[in-house]
Amino acid sequence: MSDFIINFIAADLRTATPILFAALGELYMERSGIINIGLEGFMLIGALVGSISSYFFNSAWLGVIMAALACGILGLIYAFFVITIKANQVATGIAINILSLGLTTTIYRAFMGVNTSHPNIASFKNISIPLLSKIPILGQSIFNQIILVYLALMLVPFTYYFLYKTSIGLKIRAAGEYPRATDTAGVNVFQIRYGAIIGGSMLVGVGGAYLSLGLLNMFTENMVAGRGFIALAAVIFGKWNPWGVLGAALFFGFGDALAIRLQVMGSNIPYQFLLMLPYIFTIAILAGFVGKAVCPAALGIPYNKE
Amino acid sequence: MKKKKEKTYLINPFYDIQKIIIPVIAIFLSLTIGAIIIKAIGADPLLAYKILFKGAFGSISSIGEILVKATPLILTGLSFAFAFRAGLFNIGAEGQLYMGGFFATLVGISFKGLPMIIHLPLVILAAFIGGGLWGLLAGWLKVKFKANEIITTVMLNYVAIFWVSYLVTGPMKAPPGTFPQSETIAASAQLPRILPPTRVHLGLIIALICIVLYYIFFRKMILGYETRITGKNMNVSKYAGMNSERIMLFVMFISGGMAGLAGASEILGIQGRLLADFSPGYGFSGIVVSLVGMNSPFGIFLTAILFGILKSGGNLMQMIARVPVAVIYIIEGLVVIFVLAGQGIRLKIKYLINLKRYGQE
Repeated sequence: MSDFIINFIAADLRTATPILFAALGELYMERSGIINIGLEGFMLIGALVGSISSYFFNSAWLGVIMAALACGILGLIYAFFVITIKANQVATGIAINILSLGLTTTIYRAFMGVNTSHPNIASFKNISIPLLSKIPILGQSIFNQIILVYLALMLVPFTYYFLYKTSIGLKIRAAGEYPRATDTAGVNVFQIRYGAIIGGSMLVGVGGAYLSLGLLNMFTENMVAGRGFIALAAVIFGKWNPWGVLGAALFFGFGDALAIRLQVMGSNIPYQFLLMLPYIFTIAILAGFVGKAVCPAALGIPYNKE
Repeated sequence: MKKKKEKTYLINPFYDIQKIIIPVIAIFLSLTIGAIIIKAIGADPLLAYKILFKGAFGSISSIGEILVKATPLILTGLSFAFAFRAGLFNIGAEGQLYMGGFFATLVGISFKGLPMIIHLPLVILAAFIGGGLWGLLAGWLKVKFKANEIITTVMLNYVAIFWVSYLVTGPMKAPPGTFPQSETIAASAQLPRILPPTRVHLGLIIALICIVLYYIFFRKMILGYETRITGKNMNVSKYAGMNSERIMLFVMFISGGMAGLAGASEILGIQGRLLADFSPGYGFSGIVVSLVGMNSPFGIFLTAILFGILKSGGNLMQMIARVPVAVIYIIEGLVVIFVLAGQGIRLKIKYLINLKRYGQE
């Protein structure tokens, strides 16, 4: 039984980590007033670039860094469209989702060629933290993971500190609530939003790379499989707060891990309802059925200087 | 001076030309970049496009396939455009399409022995209502609880997809029970083929009727006018005494209903039974179709046909020219990017012209 619990908590953390990375990335963007529904596409690019880079450089770390860089560049392009050109954020996000699906599949096919066997890719190995991993049950499940899991968990207090205790964080939040006043106070709203998008996109890219370097040891077509949208849901369910986002990611990861278990065990309980939960909960919280989530006031509205 | 400014708004000879020019340039640029990517992966772009074209127009049945692929795209394109003109973002066509397919299947397998003339309209109506209610749910959440429809429609997509997946592996699973699919829908409820030997079915006619209705609604009907006003400025519509909340609910119902018809077209015209994951993203492609078609009925039709050509010819391109069919998605995504860029540049130019003409103001 304790084995089962250890495995389960460990599985929950593993499935929650990519959602957490992407959701924290999205959190920075949304707090600055930008809604990016192209997370799915960003993560796909991150997963592919991470996997290919790790193969070429034979280093999982370089894979993650390249994935973050690639998504940072994609974020720059996205920012140019939604900030400078003032293109519609939703339409641009959807275009990025479709474009990324096409790009990653095409590049991956070209990269694999006729080869059907998966190449050996350097990936991350579990690190058990001394002492802490000796704690019964919790130790083995929480403190025996790959480094990206710890990194994602550490990002939560960092994000909290950054958004609420630093002046840049204040500027980001102000740009998302009342950009005109922020501008009047002498803060360059465009710059802040550019920065939030590029930085956030890099985190989303790491979440993607986690999929192909941590969770699985390879890239597969459309491997993000809706996690981008779950991350979007996690930001809302977490009420635009880093700690809330952590809770949401763990909760959604829990549902995901349980659904996989039920499928493997051949249980009669329909796992589809578990997979629906993140979306239903998000709608419920958005409508105020269970507590009210208030989104940044300027979310999704392009800022005009004039 | 004020009058002059209004004039430039009302009579803008460039406006209608821009409506055509921007998508045409966007499509041309996307195909060019597509060619560069094909070249980059080591294939011959000219050959690839030639085979794609041949794959789409090579035979009667392949030409039919263009229309088969375009049918759901027209409907989901109209679905997005309808809500868009009312100022609403319905990203939920994919989910509404699944709910339409579910309702159609339910009515299609529940009634047996009905004559086609009764059964067929019944299932089509069911699909419309199924998709419509799913859209209405998002509309109701917005009107009643101020829940942003962009997010709720995105979330409802997945709820619908998992719901259908549950049905075909559970309560609606066909008796032998090996495949995750429902039993076959009664022949009296299936959309008949209208141009044999091709697979073109009655769904195409339904889609074309919807285009005409869309045109009539926005051009000739008072409610259509009110809808457009609500989309442009909700305060204006309120002061003019229009019930913008009721309009919103109505729009989400119709928008969802048209996506539901796209589901009916796939289930009743092609598959003949309910399956999990039966849509290859028609709901999302509909958004592309609507944006590239500039929300105009004819534009949506042409764009749907264009993507029908790409999707129909793509398979042969993959087989012979060894270019992954996924290149089509790249082109699809790029077209939207360029259309958005084009619109942005157009606004910038307009802004600069106004600046020059009227000074700093």
